[in-house]
This record gives sequence, C-alpha cells and structure tokens, in this order.
Amino acid sequence: MMMEISTSRRFINGFMLTLSGICTVLVVSVLFFILGYLLIHGATSLNWDFFTKLPKPAGETGGGMANAIVGSGKVLLLATVIGVPIGFLAGVFLAEYSGKTFAFAIRYVVDLLNGVPSIVIGIVAYALVVRPMHHFSALAGGTALGIMMIPIAVRTTEEFLRSVPVNIREGAMALGATKATTIFTVVIPAAISGLTSGMMLNLARVAGETAPLLFTALGNQYWSKGYLAPIATLPVMIYNYAISPEEDLHKQAWAAGFVLLTLVLVINVSARLIIARGPSAQRR
Amino acid sequence: MASPQQQQTFKDPVTEANPKPDVAKAGASMKLTARNINFFYGQFQALHDISLDIPSNKVTAFIGPSGCGKSTFLRTMNRMNETLRNTRVEGDLKLDGENLFDMDVTDVRRRVGMVFQKSNPFPKTIFDNVAYGLRVNGIRKSSILSEAVERSLKRAALWSEVKDKLNKPASALSGGQQQRLCIARALAVEPEVLLLDEPCSALDPIATLKIEELLFQIKDITTIVIVTHNMQQAARLADFTGFFLMGKLIEINDTKRIFQNPGMKETEDYVTGRFG
Repeated sequence: MMMEISTSRRFINGFMLTLSGICTVLVVSVLFFILGYLLIHGATSLNWDFFTKLPKPAGETGGGMANAIVGSGKVLLLATVIGVPIGFLAGVFLAEYSGKTFAFAIRYVVDLLNGVPSIVIGIVAYALVVRPMHHFSALAGGTALGIMMIPIAVRTTEEFLRSVPVNIREGAMALGATKATTIFTVVIPAAISGLTSGMMLNLARVAGETAPLLFTALGNQYWSKGYLAPIATLPVMIYNYAISPEEDLHKQAWAAGFVLLTLVLVINVSARLIIARGPSAQRR
Repeated sequence: MASPQQQQTFKDPVTEANPKPDVAKAGASMKLTARNINFFYGQFQALHDISLDIPSNKVTAFIGPSGCGKSTFLRTMNRMNETLRNTRVEGDLKLDGENLFDMDVTDVRRRVGMVFQKSNPFPKTIFDNVAYGLRVNGIRKSSILSEAVERSLKRAALWSEVKDKLNKPASALSGGQQQRLCIARALAVEPEVLLLDEPCSALDPIATLKIEELLFQIKDITTIVIVTHNMQQAARLADFTGFFLMGKLIEINDTKRIFQNPGMKETEDYVTGRFG
C-alpha cells in the first residue's frame, strides 16, 4: 500500500526540525553568552590589579582578588590530595577485585554519594574539621571539595581501567606478573591519559562549588598563611561581592566569575587534549 | 626427529588415557605430559579427557575447526584459563615430571611462555616491552636487561629493524613487527616452552613467513606448541600435529602421518577439506 505524505505531516516535520535546530543553536550559544556577559560586566575590573592586589577595605574602590585566586588554588590542591587517592584506589578495587554483586553495591553507594547536595557535604566537613579545630580553614574547605571529588574519581578510575583490553593484561600475566603487578605496571599506565583527564574534569567540576566553602573555608580579606586558617576563594568571593550593595564590588564579582569560568574551561579543554593524544586513544 | 617408539606413544588417544610403559620409556624427552584433562566453562565442558605428550625441542601443532578446544587446551598449559572466572580444570599436567597445578602460577608462566593471537604490546617503549618479563621477575641491572633485550630481539628476527628505536613506543611498529616483539618479549624470560595461539592469523604472508622462520630457529632453545587454523602452516612447521574436534583429541602423530596417512576418519576428512 502506498502512503501519501499529507501536507500536515510535512508541516509538522518542518516545524519540529526547525524547532530542534533553534534549540541546538541556543544550547551552543549559552556558553558564549555567559562568557560575553561576564566579560562585558566585569571587563573594567579585569586589570593587572585584579590578579596582583588584595581587596580594598570597604568603601574604597579598586583592589583585586589575588588572595582568592591563590586561595582557590590551595583549596583545590587540598581537595585533589584528599579526594583523588581515595577515589582512585577505591576505583582500582571496584574495577579489578570486587565480585559482581559487591561491585553493584559499591557503585550504587558511590552514585548516591554523588547525589548528596553539596551544602550537606559542607556541613559534614564543618563537623569533621571545623568543629574539632575550632576555626574555619583551607583544610576544611579542601576536605569538603575532596569528598565531593570521590564519587567521580571512583567511577572514572573504574571506567578507564575496565577499558584496558584483556589481551594486554593476559600478556603481562603470561610473563609471570602477578595480578597486582599487572595492574600497576601495565593496566594503569595504559589508562593514564584517561585517568589524568578524568581527574582534571573532576577538579574543574568542584572548582566552582560555593556552598560547601561558605562555612568551611569561610573567606578572608587578606592573605591566608598555611592551610589551617580561613582562606579566600573565588566562588565565595563572588558570592560575598554579589550580595553587597556597592557597584564596584559587583563589577569585581563579574570579573571573578569570568576568571573562574576561564579557569574551568582551560582545565576542561586541556583534559580533553590529554585524552585525545594519550596512549589509550590509540587502542580505541 | 622422534624415534618410532615415541611416535607409538601418540598413536592411540584411547589407550593414552591409561599411562603405559611406552610413555615412561619416552618420558625423558617429554617436556609436558597431559593426562585426562577435562575443562569446564561453567556447566559447559570444553575439553574431554585430553591426554598427550609434548616432546622437548620440537614444534607441536594443534589443528581443528573453531571452537574445538585447541586454544583452551593451550591456555591450560600455562594456567592462563585460571584468570577467567567460573572455570574448572581436572586431570594431570606435568612439566618435566612436576605437577603443573601444584607449582607457583607465576613460576609456571615464566617457564611456559605465551604469544597471543592478537599482538598485545604494552603501551611502553620497545625496550621496556621486552624487558618487562625480566623486570617483574626481579631483574633490575641495566647491563643484564639490555643484553637480554638485544638477544631476544635478535632471536625474534627484529633486532635489525628496531635497534635504533628501542625507546620509541611499541605501538609505532607494524602488525608483523608487533607480533615479533611479543615473541621477543616472551623469549626474554627464556621460557622452556613457548605456546603460540594462532600467532599469524592477523598477519600478511610475508610477516607470517618471517615468524615461521624464527620459530624454526628457536626450536633448539625452547619447546614450541602452536595452535593454527592454517593447515599448511602446521605442515610446514610442526614435527608433530594433533587434531582436535568438539573438545576431544582425535589423534596426535608425526605431522607427515597426520597429513598423508591419518589414523582416524575424522582427521582425514578435516585435512583433505572434506570436513562437515
């Protein structure tokens, strides 16, 4: 039986196609819109001072966010040191040693942890670090972000280790390597570019987290010494400046948003470059 | 070449099941002896009562249609199947008279090397690939390592092609070179037996010829067992050939006998292409 394509069906097809096309353009342009918006509003504050100077006391204009930029770096470093090794080793166990049922249970719990609201993780870090030490600190902020990195670190590690072909593992074991030796000398090196970029994306994901830092790292108008004192971070700085009544601070907040977003984008792009050029890409 | 007595021991797989005086007599030159090997993937029995001897410093080939169990049996001989979950092996397997299943598994695999169907170089340099087996066996001294790497690459007929790029990644080599690298890697630990699981199935005729030549060369230092789909390859290379069908060893004998005057109807049908 021949089917005549009716005019109404042609119209619906054309309409839906156009609509999905427009939505695609929207999706792609959102990023550039945000970038441009941040730049337009913060451009005047985005100068050398912004990267080198401390914030000015209330009421004065100018100044910068050097302490928050360095502070974000320190907190993210701590988060990596805390979150990546735990997540990585758990991922190794999950991928290589756990039985089917047990793996299912671990994965389920890890996914639940990934779904825990970041503010709740902030409270946990508050209870674990701030309360016993009696003050806010970079360590507390790093702990909060580190906990947030764990689930993705686990799943990234699991996925990239599983993607290493069986024949490479067999090659190592056929030479008399034990399972553990095989994992650490062949499997992990084969997955290293994927693992590295996965961890970088993970870091980029928590770099913009604000809620868990509000009552852990707190913030600081000055340079923070070491890792045990309250510390300024870009997201918290943006939050504080954005809710302040002063126009100049709003501009600085826009500029900080631009810097933070650029940082995240740079980490993202370099992570993807690493994975595209790494040894694991050659075996796909 | 094997003496007529040795050939007798291969003759009848049914009586092979009960070790008899002939086997004991020939035992001196037998590297591996398998008796009543059964193998199971879960409920599925992949090998039925396999008994055979692998003579020292000879090439033994296993032929047979896909799924006949020849690779499974090969992987039993270095206990590689143990890496698969839910598998079980029964029977008696001896390496130089010593029970293979009682030995330390890493020791077994060092003594019984393996080359796989698909070349599997590690994502490391050429040098590190060949040195890998020595390193995991505790050898660290660089003079010993570089000597062994050179020797192994020469034996695998790859040295002249890679001697100037030992620090290049192994993935830069061609398919045939990668497979020869894998052979060099296996030879570096000086295995007493080298198992090859269809090593040429992914290679072109020239690369295949190179590998066959090198296998012929290394026969004097190691015992070779090769699984192949290619009957001409078995005929060219092997001193002895075993024919597997549906998880059973139909017969194993002098290669000439298998191809020209086989003892069993199934073997004749297979080698003459009348199979199925």
